Amino acid sequence: MAENGNGSVKEGFEMPEIKYTKLFINGEFVDAASGKEFETRDPRTGDVIANIAEADKVDVDLAIKAAREAFDHGPWPRMSGYERGRILHKYADLIEQHIEELAALDGIDAGKLFAFGKAVDIPGAIRMLRYYASAADKIHGETLKLNGAYQGYTLKEPIGVVGVIIPWNFPSMMFFLKVSPALAAGCTVVVKPAEQTPLSALFYAKLAKEAGIPDGALNVVNGFGPTAGAALTSHMDVDNISFTGSPEIGSVIMQSAATSNLKTVSLELGGKSPMIIFDDANLDMAVGLASAAVFFNKGEICVAGSRVYVQEGIYDEFVKKVIEVAKGWVVGDPFDPKVNMGPQVDKVQYERVLKYIEYGKRDGATLLTGGKPCGEKGYYIEPTIFADVKEDMKIAQDEIFGPVMSLIKFKTIEEAIERANCTKYGLAAGILTNDINIANRVSRSVRAGTVWINCYFVFDADAPFGGFKMSGFGRDQGMNAIEKYLQVKSVITPIYNSPWL
Amino acid sequence: MMGQRLVSSLLSRCLYASHRILNPLTRQERKLGLATRISQRFSTLTAIEDPVTPPVEVKYTKLLINGQFVDAASGKTFPTLDPRTGEVIAHVAEGDSVDIDCAVKAARKAFDEGPWPKMTAYERSRILFKFADLIDEHNDELAALESWDNGKPFEQSAKEEVPLLSRTIRYYAGWADKIHGLIVPGDGAHHVQVLREPIGVAGQIIPWNFPLVMFAWKVGPALACGNTVVLKPAEQTPLTALYAAALLHEAGLPDGVLNVVSGFGPTAGSALAGHMEVDKIAFTGSTGAGKIIQELAAKSNLKSVTLELGGKSPFIVMDDANVDQAVELAHSALFHNQGQCCCAGSRTFVHERVYDEFVEKAKARALKRVVGDPFKQGVEQGPQIDEEQFSKILEYITSGIDSGATLVAGGGRAGNKGFYIQPTVFSDVKDEMTIAQEEIFGPVQTILKFKNLNEVIQRANASPYGLAAGVFTNNLNNANTLMRALRVGTVWINCYNLLDAAIPFGGYKMSGIGREKGMDSLNSYLQVKAVITPLENHAWL
Repeated sequence: MAENGNGSVKEGFEMPEIKYTKLFINGEFVDAASGKEFETRDPRTGDVIANIAEADKVDVDLAIKAAREAFDHGPWPRMSGYERGRILHKYADLIEQHIEELAALDGIDAGKLFAFGKAVDIPGAIRMLRYYASAADKIHGETLKLNGAYQGYTLKEPIGVVGVIIPWNFPSMMFFLKVSPALAAGCTVVVKPAEQTPLSALFYAKLAKEAGIPDGALNVVNGFGPTAGAALTSHMDVDNISFTGSPEIGSVIMQSAATSNLKTVSLELGGKSPMIIFDDANLDMAVGLASAAVFFNKGEICVAGSRVYVQEGIYDEFVKKVIEVAKGWVVGDPFDPKVNMGPQVDKVQYERVLKYIEYGKRDGATLLTGGKPCGEKGYYIEPTIFADVKEDMKIAQDEIFGPVMSLIKFKTIEEAIERANCTKYGLAAGILTNDINIANRVSRSVRAGTVWINCYFVFDADAPFGGFKMSGFGRDQGMNAIEKYLQVKSVITPIYNSPWL
Repeated sequence: MMGQRLVSSLLSRCLYASHRILNPLTRQERKLGLATRISQRFSTLTAIEDPVTPPVEVKYTKLLINGQFVDAASGKTFPTLDPRTGEVIAHVAEGDSVDIDCAVKAARKAFDEGPWPKMTAYERSRILFKFADLIDEHNDELAALESWDNGKPFEQSAKEEVPLLSRTIRYYAGWADKIHGLIVPGDGAHHVQVLREPIGVAGQIIPWNFPLVMFAWKVGPALACGNTVVLKPAEQTPLTALYAAALLHEAGLPDGVLNVVSGFGPTAGSALAGHMEVDKIAFTGSTGAGKIIQELAAKSNLKSVTLELGGKSPFIVMDDANVDQAVELAHSALFHNQGQCCCAGSRTFVHERVYDEFVEKAKARALKRVVGDPFKQGVEQGPQIDEEQFSKILEYITSGIDSGATLVAGGGRAGNKGFYIQPTVFSDVKDEMTIAQEEIFGPVQTILKFKNLNEVIQRANASPYGLAAGVFTNNLNNANTLMRALRVGTVWINCYNLLDAAIPFGGYKMSGIGREKGMDSLNSYLQVKAVITPLENHAWL
């Protein structure tokens, strides 16, 4: 490991300047009412990057008031879809001018690969924003066929003030996954980013203002779940909550919505997604996809293909090759372009992943490779593979959110389907086969919101994304996502002497 | 009720009387051909002295084939004229069937081999968005060229039409990555996908009345769907299509994806509509030419056809209407763009209770209309497009007078040079008169009187056309009844000529087939492919 320079901090990398650390409310950067701040740390070293204004209920109330005012009396929902779209397109252009800086912010804040951020994360966020910028003038109501002499139609109206709570694993993508369709629909938004990654969201707030998004239409309040998050989800003037994070918190948010004003909720939660590899699959492709599916972004991705089912005919060969791949996976400073995997986001996650590795050993799974921390400081962990995993083991049931693969051998299609569905989650699945009948059968049988056949992680602005079962409900991405931020109003009036009904 | 009527009647009489003082010509006098004098007295025509020099240079006059500007194979050119003077602006390469063949070949190759249809939709949209930004950057040049070639007021080109071009392109750029087929339920254990594929090479023939707007309506959806195009602009207005196409290439459009072949209908147009390698033809123009296009498609390869043709659109003013507003709207519904709009509100039906007042005010408004050099500020009406249209309109005016309609304003040429016509208003028009039946395509308003809702519905629908209608009322029930009863593709209620990118536009009856703009237009440029495969051991159906 050491010869790959695993776990080391790259020398000479220049830290991006931290320009924005306050709350963004009603178009202004302001301190928290309490004056409190919290530290955001560099996961490569554990060092403090900056002190960030810490919002609590008072600040969240102010942000909601601003959003409410911007929705009830402001220009944003009263503009044409085309005008909103033009501003959002300009917003996308401005982000494009700052790709490096934004990728660097997510790099130091979340330990994400800098090169990947530049090439994929930030351009993906821009693409998402442009997709919804163009969708703003494509929100259609319908005329209706009523059982009588009535003229009826539906209006799709913006739902109002939207609360957005996003996680730390993809700070930029998550921000735009939620904010873009909400703004396109004409809603106003209060975003609470994850406390681990508060930096890029503030930069986006500043660019939003520069693009011409009116004051109050987009507010960013950094802070913690139990204070800022809870204030947002339980607020009587918030009309919708869109959350991405853990199932435990998802449940708390839903309860909070229920006990306050019955605001609508959408939840994109955890997963324990199966990657099902059949005998006829191209083995090298399978090994490559399966390892990327769980090690990408240090396994800190809700759709990680963390249960790998391999059919018995190719199992032994697969095991050999996947160990090689895992050993060749370079762990180190995310700013080093040679590196495949950076550190876990923080100490809590780091310790949690190591704890799960211990559970795996304890429960009798066979550790094939990895299983240890690496590097002298920071939160680096080796790519880890367990074989002989059973569905009732903790590592096969819980979302580890780390670079830990669970390998499982299977015999028949029926068995693969049954075992793949043997989970409380249903976010995604991978199928590797060239047999059209297997592909079609398994894709309908797996109870998951996204199925990738002979590919993985193909996210697209136009492809709806979300979960079955305890992976949540509602969809991000695609035209489906915009529906979450719209109310449907039926308008009906009598019609006289109509030549047709 | 009675009281209201009395007041209304007194009011209209009063206004009528006061206007008589201002304009004491009798119907007899007008019939004697004194109309020219009226307009001169009221100077609707700002003096057409030396025309303003348009602030633009003509850069592109050749054919655009496979990304290159080339001469016609025959070497022939034709002159494009300034409608203000009838003088030549430029000589433009004249495409005929040989050039169309070259252009279709280039479009075919660009479609069959790519890269255009093989790019991701997002990549295509990025090029179209860039194109829209370039249009905005060259707004005034495009507008000047448009007004020079067409004669429409520069302010209209610069503030309405060029922005509508970029707006429409952006609308379709945004559709590119949102074109969805359906997964449909089978009756048995089958997985059924419906793919929406680009149709192939689209032939597009556009008219001279809104050259750039028509360019946007045609090219926008065709390109967003991944098709390639051969476009034939009208021979009267070839300049702006070439300029816009050059900007589209600057934005990164691959060679062969958009080819522009200027030329005439019987040669270039026929070759395109009858071509065996063209998969779809879209045409906007006259009903007569539309029939020929459809026939050529039928006789060649049964290519799919969309037609946006003529109209004789009713503008219905109910008795509850605010007459001043109705007059203004009806005026612009007809006179906008020198009356050269397919959806012009050319039959103004006015309820008898407000009829007299309406006629007087419509007349006053027409007399106030500022006719003159389209490059002068404040000018509302420029010259007609060419001599042929100019003469045709004057013939219709004569026909109106001969058939017994009352000429209340205009009625003749304006100025003594170029193709200017006075804003003309006829009242007492009857349904059976030629001016109430045929599309005049000029600044001639015909006002008809009606008594009740059912009557006006019947009369408004008694036309071979069905493009659009205007309804002017604040009565919700009347508005709703008319909205459904009128057999037309667009109904404007208390507004007119609202032509947003997202609103589908097209005709019933002989006003055409298919729709331009909106989502609907995408359907014209997509093939639908159903893909069916059995499911084994399906989890659900």
